[in-house]
Order: sequence, then structure tokens, then C-alpha cells
Amino acid sequence: MADVLAVAEVREGVVQGVSREVVTVARGLADALGGRVDAAAASGRGAGETAAALGEQGADRVLVIDGAEQVDARAVAVAEVVRGGDYGAVVFAATGPGRDLAPRVAARLGVALLTDVVAAEIDAGRVVVTRPVFAGKALARVRALGAPALLSIRPNVFPVSDAPRTAQVEHMAPSGKGSAGGYRVVGFEASAGAALDVSEAAIIVSGGRGLKGPENWHLLADLRDALGETAALGASRAVVDAGWRPHAEQVGQTGKTVTPKLYFAVAISGAIQHLAGMRTSGVIVAVNRDAEAPIFGVADYGIVGDAFEIVPELAAAIRRLREQQG
Amino acid sequence: MNITVCVKRVPDTATRIRVAPDGRDIERDGVKYVLSPYDEFAVEAALQLVEAAGQGEVTLLSYGPEATQESLRSGLALGAHRAVLLTGTPDMDGWATARVLASELADDDAGLVLFGVKAVDDDQQQVGPMVAELLDRPCATSVAAMDVAGDVVTCRRAVEGGQEVVEMDLPAVATITKGRYEPRYASLRGIMMAKRKPLVVKPAPEVAPGVAVESLAYPPERPDGRIVGEGTDAVPELVRLLREEAKVL
Repeated sequence: MADVLAVAEVREGVVQGVSREVVTVARGLADALGGRVDAAAASGRGAGETAAALGEQGADRVLVIDGAEQVDARAVAVAEVVRGGDYGAVVFAATGPGRDLAPRVAARLGVALLTDVVAAEIDAGRVVVTRPVFAGKALARVRALGAPALLSIRPNVFPVSDAPRTAQVEHMAPSGKGSAGGYRVVGFEASAGAALDVSEAAIIVSGGRGLKGPENWHLLADLRDALGETAALGASRAVVDAGWRPHAEQVGQTGKTVTPKLYFAVAISGAIQHLAGMRTSGVIVAVNRDAEAPIFGVADYGIVGDAFEIVPELAAAIRRLREQQG
Repeated sequence: MNITVCVKRVPDTATRIRVAPDGRDIERDGVKYVLSPYDEFAVEAALQLVEAAGQGEVTLLSYGPEATQESLRSGLALGAHRAVLLTGTPDMDGWATARVLASELADDDAGLVLFGVKAVDDDQQQVGPMVAELLDRPCATSVAAMDVAGDVVTCRRAVEGGQEVVEMDLPAVATITKGRYEPRYASLRGIMMAKRKPLVVKPAPEVAPGVAVESLAYPPERPDGRIVGEGTDAVPELVRLLREEAKVL
């Protein structure tokens, strides 16, 4: 029960960056338990050279599961790997695909799942985690009673640390489809501009009702572009309810709880349910006309004034800085 | 086709959460409770599907305290046909909740079992797919829109960068997010009729806990921030602070 399995996230045959955070957490737990780290990379078309790179954060072995394109087959395959090993813990990423996969694996194994974990440790041989509840209005310390303990970690919370070793890469094929086979992915329709999900972005530029209408969002999109490809757009509930922006961008208790390194709240007053969703961000910048707005209570830096004037200036200043930095 | 919707009673999202003196739970007195907002989307989806089909009934199923009856009556007022309450304390234990619900659903004839994508109290986002595995049915999560044709349901899943289209053979399970289904308001007639609709209350089966909550605490206070200045004149100083002090640019 001393080993830990890190379930890597693979898209289009490439291991995703968040997997390095997953392996880092797995390494920490395995060191406390005195075991080794295996990483499982399940996808429809392997993981190529990116699989072995998981050794950098401390994976001793990487199991590449080919031919598991859909989530039901991945769940069967990962559960099989867990049953075949001696794992005290299994770590997932609390991303969209991770949230879809992890509960299925837990139910197949007959154990609980601790989701959206922001701290994890071994206490008296058991996994104990901290996870936000009520969208971050409180933190719960929760102990896993069954074994193995399954947990999914919130992206951007655990700093990646290196524990390099040469990971042994092994390949396996899944043995079944799961869910009686009645699940078929038949299509995908891309939405305009939303390449990076708000819950995984390192920088978020969020807008509120103070922007007056969806036609003004180009100002925020320009600031996002100035900040580079790790930045994404967010929105307040009022803006989503008004139909100005898609729900996928909503930050808050009825949207997404986010932890970027840098959060811009533009013309957002700061309703309690919005603050709950973003207050654990690294650095918060607020731009608002109203100096009494609650958003300034959680902001590290604030500018009082008209977003229509300030945001273009800010985008231009950041572009100049980027050019200087080369 | 009959549809069962699993719902949860949760504190209103506008509620200020206070940790109880024993540090194990939140202060429950004075909290306003509502149906979890995503569960309202699931109820609306179920009502629209049976209305479009011109037949079938909607059952609401919940695991929670006795007071959940009030939330179930509000769902019946929207048009659901009957409700079942399994009384007990879910205790932030999604795996225990999944087993309780699955035990009731094992004999259910519903072609679709729907959930909200998550309950906005413990935010676990796991009970729907766990129940699906326990019932050995396919499950689509984060579904924004659904269409049923014959024995197949086509789901549009809200995923990173767009919508994924998934077909499932019925019976199936889906978790619903904001999308096509804007919750309706209860009519006066609906509220009157809800009082006479069947609402079965019975104790939840005993299941072994999967997790133990050791303590609840407030998140750490953020350090005091500062107003950098007013208007565009403050922009250069803000950029300097973000680069030199916060080191995020």
C-alpha cells in the first residue's frame, strides 16, 4: 500500500502540463509512504515521447494505455491498473477530463474520491486532504477511510518540483469498454476563441456588468492577448445571466472556482458568490469606478476609475513591457 | 419514458457561511436553503423532455434531512409528478451518497437519471458518474442540451474549447449544466397541485462512510491590498508593482 499512481492527462497524444503537478503530488505522498510512483497515461493514441518526461517530477514507471479514446474505456483501464498494483493513493487532475474520469474509477474500485484538493499529506498512514467547500467560503480537512485513497488536485495550486529519474515506459491495451459500451463520442463543435479553459489559465481577465454590454468585450480580449497565451477570459454571474458571455467563462459559486497566478477583475463589484470563486488567486487586480466596491476588499492592487479608459492603457503598457523583456 | 432527477438541498449561494463552534460543520441556524442551482437545470431538462415526448413522468429523488421535503415540494410545483426523500445526513461523502441513491434507483424504470453537474455546497462533482457505474449505465457529464430519439439520447457536453456531442443508449445517466434549460417559475396552480402529489419519506439505507470530515475552517485572510491610484495615471505604477513587487509579469 506504499505506492502511488499518478493519472496523467493526455490529449491528442500529448501528456498535458497539469500532469507534472499530479506527479509532483504523487511523489510527495509516495515519499511519505515509502513507495514508488507509477504514472498512467491513458488515451486513444499513446503519449509518444511526452510519457517518459514524467520521470522529471519523480515517476519511476509510466504505463501508456493505448486504445482508450473514450472516458468509459479509460475508467476501465485505470481501475485495472490500480487493482494490479499495490497503491495507497491514486492522484488525478481536477480538470474537465479529470472530473469526468475520476468518479468512474472510484466507483469501479468501490472507494471514495476527494475532489479539488488544495493540500494533501499522509497522517498515520492515511491520506488526509484539504479541499474548499461552498466554493471556497470554507476549507474542509477530510480523511480518506478506504484504500486506496483517490484524490483529484486543483490545477495551478501545487508548484511543480523536480525529482528526476529515468522512468521506465511500458505499454498496455485496455481490456473492456465499460458502461456496457453504450457511450459514443460522435462529434465536436469548437466555440470561437475559447482555446484555454478559465479553470486552467494562469492569468484570468474577468469582466462584469460595468462593461455595459457584450460589444465592449474586445477591450478585455485585447488585454488577454497582451498577457500572452496562458491568459483566458472570465465573467461575473450577472454578465452570464444577461447572456453577454457563455457560462463556460463564469467564475464563482455557480460557475468555476479558479486559482490563477494573476486575476484581473474589471468592472466587477464583487458579489459574495463571485469572491468565493476567485479569492484564492495569487495576485488580484481590481479596476472599478466605485471605490467602495467589495472587490477592493480582496484585491492586492486596485485602480479606481473608468475601465473603458484604463483597460486599453493597461494592455498597451503590458505590451511595451513584453517587448522590452523580449 | 420516465425520468428521475436526483436533487440536493443546499444553502443559498448568497449565504454567508459561518463555521460552527465545534469546527466540524457550518452553522445551520438562519441559513436559507434552496434546490442546488444546477439541479434546477436538471429538473427543467426532465420536464422539457417529457413535455416534448407527450408522455412519461418525472420523479424527484433526494438524500438529506427531513427539511428537504420543502425543496421537493418546490420541485413538484414546477411540474414533477412525485418525489422520494431518503432521510439521512450526506456528510460531504459523495461515495456514500452515490450508494444510497443507487440502492433506490436499482428498481427504478427511468430511462434517464439526471443530476445537476455539481451541488454548490460540497462541490464534489462526482455522485452522478458514480451512480452510473453502480447501475452499469453509460453517463455523460456536464451536459448543456439533450435530445431523445428512440432508444438513444444525444447529449451536447460543455467541454474546454467547445461542445462534445455524445450518444448514449438508454437507460442512461447525465449530469446537467447551464445551457438550454432555463428553470421555469412555479405557477400558483402548480403550487396548489404540488400539495397533493405523492412525496414518499423513508430512512436512507445504512452505508459505510467513505471519508471522515475532521474539521472546517475559514480560508486564510488575504493580506490588505492597496489602491494604486485613480484613472489611467495609475497604470504605469500598477504595471511596475505587478512586475517588481508581485513578480507576475
